[in-house]
Amino acid sequence: MLMYCRQVLVTLILLLTCASVYADNEAAGQPAQTPPAADSLHQITQSLIKANYREKAEIAEQMAAVGSDRSLIILKTFLDGNLYYRKDDNTILIVVDEDNIRDAFTDQPVEGLGRRDKRKIGVNNSLRGTLRSLISQAQINSKNVQLRLEAATNLLKNSEDVDVAFVEAALSKEDNKEIKRILSLVKGLILLQSDSAEARMAALTSFEGSLYPEIRAALIQFMRGFSEQEKASRAGEYKLAQATLDDIESMLRLNGYAENLYFGLALGAVLLLAAIGLAITFGVMGVINMAHGEMIMLGAYTTYVVQQLMPDHIGLSLVVSVPAAFLVSGAVGVAIERGVIRHLYGRPLETLLATFGISLILQQAVRSIFSPLNRQVASPDWMSGTFMLNPALELTWNRLYIIIFSLLVLAVLALVLKRTLFGLQMRAVTMNRPMASSMGIRTGWVDALTFGLGSGIAGIAGVALSQLTNVGPNLGQAYIIDSFMVVVFGGVGNLWGTLVAAMSLGVANKIIEPMAGAVLAKILVLVFIILFIQKRPRGLFALKGRAADNS
Amino acid sequence: MNKSGFKSLSKVSKVLATATLAAGISLANAADTIKVGVLHSLSGTMAISETTLKDTVLMMVEEQNKKGGLLGKKLEPVVVDPASNWPLFAEKTRELLEKEKVDVIFGCWTSVSRKSVLPVIEELNGLLFYPVQYEGEESSYNVFYTGAAPNQQAIPAVDYLMNDVGVKRWVLAGTDYVYPRTTNKILESYLKSKGVAEKDIMINYTPFGHSDWQTIVSDIKKFGSSGVKTAVVSTINGDANVPFYKELANQGVSAEDIPVVAFSVGEEELSGFDTAPLVGHLAAWNYFMSAPTDANDDFIADWHEFIKDDERVTNDPMEATYIGFNMWAKAVEKAGTTDVDKVESAMIGIEVPNLTGGMAKMNKNHHLSKPVLIGEIQEDGQFDIVWETDGVVPGDAWTDYLPESKNLISDWTAPINCGNYNTKTKTCGGSMATAE
Repeated sequence: MLMYCRQVLVTLILLLTCASVYADNEAAGQPAQTPPAADSLHQITQSLIKANYREKAEIAEQMAAVGSDRSLIILKTFLDGNLYYRKDDNTILIVVDEDNIRDAFTDQPVEGLGRRDKRKIGVNNSLRGTLRSLISQAQINSKNVQLRLEAATNLLKNSEDVDVAFVEAALSKEDNKEIKRILSLVKGLILLQSDSAEARMAALTSFEGSLYPEIRAALIQFMRGFSEQEKASRAGEYKLAQATLDDIESMLRLNGYAENLYFGLALGAVLLLAAIGLAITFGVMGVINMAHGEMIMLGAYTTYVVQQLMPDHIGLSLVVSVPAAFLVSGAVGVAIERGVIRHLYGRPLETLLATFGISLILQQAVRSIFSPLNRQVASPDWMSGTFMLNPALELTWNRLYIIIFSLLVLAVLALVLKRTLFGLQMRAVTMNRPMASSMGIRTGWVDALTFGLGSGIAGIAGVALSQLTNVGPNLGQAYIIDSFMVVVFGGVGNLWGTLVAAMSLGVANKIIEPMAGAVLAKILVLVFIILFIQKRPRGLFALKGRAADNS
Repeated sequence: MNKSGFKSLSKVSKVLATATLAAGISLANAADTIKVGVLHSLSGTMAISETTLKDTVLMMVEEQNKKGGLLGKKLEPVVVDPASNWPLFAEKTRELLEKEKVDVIFGCWTSVSRKSVLPVIEELNGLLFYPVQYEGEESSYNVFYTGAAPNQQAIPAVDYLMNDVGVKRWVLAGTDYVYPRTTNKILESYLKSKGVAEKDIMINYTPFGHSDWQTIVSDIKKFGSSGVKTAVVSTINGDANVPFYKELANQGVSAEDIPVVAFSVGEEELSGFDTAPLVGHLAAWNYFMSAPTDANDDFIADWHEFIKDDERVTNDPMEATYIGFNMWAKAVEKAGTTDVDKVESAMIGIEVPNLTGGMAKMNKNHHLSKPVLIGEIQEDGQFDIVWETDGVVPGDAWTDYLPESKNLISDWTAPINCGNYNTKTKTCGGSMATAE
């Protein structure tokens, strides 16, 4: 069903682009295609069947040279890997999905084809590059701004495929500022290779302040091409190139710091999500819950199940998963508390062992029910890709959402603790159990619900993590150590401490990582925490209460 | 690992073992079944990969029994669960050999589990078929390696990228343990021998199960944006691949810009997630499910029937298990007995069909000769085979690209009869002491 969704989307996009291209050709006043051209396109396309990858690239160029809207549709289908042929009569087919197969030329539906009756026309990486470049050259005249922008960005990558006249023609028609800027960069890249010193100087000037990686790459290559004598004889060019490059590098460095900070916050958000639940069960109740990771895992599996139930609404399924995961993990948490932990209060070692046992049981249960293989949880479209601030600083959407989500969860939890009756009772029990009990609070049930709350929040973390990592039986193990680290560092029983600890550990990790590598970064952070705990055994923010008194 | 220690010990113990085994053989002959041990983790972290191989062995045993078994006896599988726990691998091996008296063991996935089994299987003179690609630098009398050695996977993949794709800058990214470290050491020295400069190689290690790839992907992006074609050679293990590829896609790194060639990503790993953003990234194996041969179609059909699920995929370690099992069956028939020493000498030179066409041959060094394929990931989680070696590549137990092993060879036939024979000093295991 997932496949189906995607296919529908692809069709839609295809139809839209076809429509716009068609409209453009009309508008540009291109002569209508004469029938012989269509026939030759037919023949050219057919020769793809027997060609090897190198020949296919040449054939694709011939197809693009035909320049009709049909040839563009076929090239796009080819790029998406949806171009097939029928084995018995070599009819070229566009396969949108198994139920929607069309003849590539007549657009008539073709029915009754089995899996083995058709064969795909293969496409590999270098061919994909060629196709993308060809399609961009055709699309640079499209009416759709988004398509033109995409085409221009692609041309930047494949500037060697086009000539100055082509870019200038596109430039003269263009009125969008952003696209104009990119096209002039493309022009610069071409001119940089020219024989005229003047043109090269003009190209170098046009590069000023551009953060596109292609420009930096071209500058580096350009400067590498200078021999020692040339450095003297063409000193003006060399110096300008050097200055432009230095300028770009320093801006890139600045962006690099910003990017690192973002990475750190994103990692911190994940740590925060994983640790928040533990801040309740371990921090407030003082239960060393080794099964905390498995609560996260259950949340992730809940997301998977919800998504299986509503396969056509991936985005909505994520929203539904949040309360569902909270309930599932929360219910399991309450059951664990009532069944096991209740009997072990005040015996931390036994609690640790018992919950560790529970974690193994839960893992194996999941393995038996869902198989040991990882499950696929799809990401909605709005969670993939990047949010581009500038060409050198792109923020990934999924991390951005998770940062916001983690803060939201923290805020809601803080509200529950501060503003609800349950929160009040919970705090009362934490601070002084006999007193709370004598005021008529059923401390046993408050314990169970508190544990359920902590577990439920772990479940919510699972929903978020299902978007970042594997949904498998071992998901929880990867986060249990980190969670304890954050809670202990932040100060047991303190939500704000957890927030500060998660974010600072995330950022610290990401600052060290580029210098020391991922393995050493993790070790250094651990060493730092050990030293810190020596100095301040109660973490960043110590809290008075049952947990604090016991320690 | 101390090879020389093992060797001298195993020689002594082999004399003892043959004596004690005489009793064992008569016992085994008296029994009316041939016991096949299956040593794959069915629980714990490695269950994800190893359960499939357990099922593959069971399928092969069932099929062999349909054909009437071996030497007129039925095969009886003995399945144990070492639970992804390395010391338990050694204990379970001892149990299989001493208590169950199995005639052969198919098992292990990670190198550390194999290293844990090694002393036991050498002491008790058992027989192990190891079906997974590994870092090489080992050859035991008691083990047959049916997975790829580095020269059957990593080096052809690098050759392909260098010659056919024109890659000039290299990122060697791996998980921090023995297989990636050794493979990357070999690759680094190989690349340098091909004239790649130090500054054009970036090596990066990450912890097991690493899930936060933001910085590394961003670094790779920067490393790859100098205008020279860049590729990533990934020895990232198992689960960590999914978040790695997700991050690559999210940060907009496509296979056309920076292709990633992986040695641990196969059909099974891909069946766990949405492959659309991965299309075009590469993998090097000796087998792909998409291989267009009749033998492969039959194998897939048999597998679907056995596992009763048409969606299940097949992968390279399954083919290695298939080859290993068929070779063992053929060797037992040739030797006329399941006695380890006789089967071992019958094994060498045996040929069985590959699933990708052609024949796999067992060499004197207990490694296979088989073809190497490069595939590009497709939308449906399958691989499109874009390149393959001409003919077969013989597995090299000791790589020629590391100074400590370049003079070593393995040859288990007379007169050398040694797993680490030094061709310079003409001694067995002589150089190991100085090399390590």
